[in-house]
Amino acid sequence: MTDSPYRIQGATGEWEVVIGLEVHAQITSQSKLFSGAATAFGAEPNSQVSLVDAAMPGMLPVPNGECIRQAVRTGLALDAQINRWSRFDRKNYFYADLPQGYQISQLYHPLVGEGSLLIEPEDAAPKTIGIERIHVEQDAGKLMHDQHPTRSYVDLNRSGVALMEIVSRPDMRSPAEAGAYVKKLRSILRYVGSCDGNMEQGSMRADVNVSVRKPGGELGTRTETKNVNSVRFVMAAIEHEAKRQVAVIEDGGTIIQETRLFDPDKGVTRSMRSKEDAHDYRYFPDPDLLPLELDEAFLADALASLPELPDAKRARYEGELGLSAYNADVLTADVETARWFEAMLAEGAPAKAGANWLISELFGALNRLGKTIGESPVSPRQAAELVALVGDGTLSGSLAKQVFELMLETGQDAGVIVEERGLKQTSDTGAIEAEIARVIAANPDKVADYKGGKDKLFGFFVGQTMRAMGGKANPGVVNDLLKKALE
Amino acid sequence: MSVDLATVRKIASLARIATSDAEAEALLPELNNILGWIEQLAQVDTTGVEPLAAVIPNHLRLREDKVTDGGIRDAVLANAPQAEHGFFAVPKVIE
Repeated sequence: MTDSPYRIQGATGEWEVVIGLEVHAQITSQSKLFSGAATAFGAEPNSQVSLVDAAMPGMLPVPNGECIRQAVRTGLALDAQINRWSRFDRKNYFYADLPQGYQISQLYHPLVGEGSLLIEPEDAAPKTIGIERIHVEQDAGKLMHDQHPTRSYVDLNRSGVALMEIVSRPDMRSPAEAGAYVKKLRSILRYVGSCDGNMEQGSMRADVNVSVRKPGGELGTRTETKNVNSVRFVMAAIEHEAKRQVAVIEDGGTIIQETRLFDPDKGVTRSMRSKEDAHDYRYFPDPDLLPLELDEAFLADALASLPELPDAKRARYEGELGLSAYNADVLTADVETARWFEAMLAEGAPAKAGANWLISELFGALNRLGKTIGESPVSPRQAAELVALVGDGTLSGSLAKQVFELMLETGQDAGVIVEERGLKQTSDTGAIEAEIARVIAANPDKVADYKGGKDKLFGFFVGQTMRAMGGKANPGVVNDLLKKALE
Repeated sequence: MSVDLATVRKIASLARIATSDAEAEALLPELNNILGWIEQLAQVDTTGVEPLAAVIPNHLRLREDKVTDGGIRDAVLANAPQAEHGFFAVPKVIE
């Protein structure tokens, strides 16, 4: 942990970076925010479009209660104020992916007000980042520019899908803090189940607001880099944009408040050169929608439906299960891992041994296979059985690794593999002593060296004995018997 | 409050409504007339009066989260000036 803050080194000295993030998260729902069309990813173009989404004249929006509920649950998970009275506004602009000519959003009275998020950046102290608001709004359609020489193709399947825009306060001061913020927010959204957090598919993307100033000085003019779609890119965009701003100011220029795009291939941001009045959105309350009023029962249900959140779970894993801070952190970072681990415990696996096995053996195997934990070829029940076989001495650590490999290959249960292949660890002292006698007889010079004080040779004898036993000897028994034999 | 001709042209352009000079000049007094009425309304003392969202006491109804619509691509594309391969085809727009 270090206290030295992140600074950009300029020709005129050090600069501080001020960062705020607007995260757009697609709300998990079957149907759209204001229509009954489906939201599934990857469908045929324009096959999930209702006449509401295509903005046909006379069509009226009717809000999806589940989308509202999920946004409220997200707000509660971020300790945010939930506004019992909120309203939808029209944000007016013209673009080919927006058939209505306006986006239904919430400017003046958002559903969720102020909250906070605790982040723990690597190598830095934990920090609370303020959440300014969360509002609910429609997504736009998708444009494809590379299919035709003179035309752009428009797919409205995403048009009208519900988004939450989660707006942070400008409380972050380094790319690492911003990265930690996005990771933590993603983790909470996935725990809550309000967004799948899939950044590759565009379910979660960030608009990055960056400005620079002399440490502690007046806030500088900010730029907004739009639609950054990975944690790594968020961090890279901030670093590049902050350095660019410092260079502009130190060259005697001024920063213009503008919208920029991040180019992941080049690692740079560039101006979108939008027209000046592109930001004249002329917001006004949507006359098609009454104000959204929530009663206490709705809020109580939303609160009662919240799962144990990552921070609480981590504290419980450390406090009640006695796991190390590192293991508790790794197991709780993503909800899928925590669910898998808890399913293992429910099948009787002891917490500490189960945690160690999951983190070293299962993660190692999944990494090798390029699978997520949800795609694990071995089930939590099978894993619990394997860990139990180590716990009761049937398998040594190295035998367990062999058995696990066979489980991955065959899908068979650990007990079946142990029985069929005779991989049981043996504590048969007679057999082990016989092998030890052979090893000692075959290595008189090493025995002499060992007795002469070369203690390290003990490992050699253990290895030789284990090899002679085909890896199945109980290592504890081998140690004991070898010590006696070599005395 | 009143607007000038430049503002009328700007509003027309933001709304993507083509407006000739003669039309813009005709719109100017009409818009200022409307703004006058609004100013007249604003003279009423509304201290302590809650903003009214609807004249009948109605609540926003919420839908169940069910797929009840979509799968009507032909109808959605029927009025498009140009459609290809199931997409709307529009003049190339690229930032």
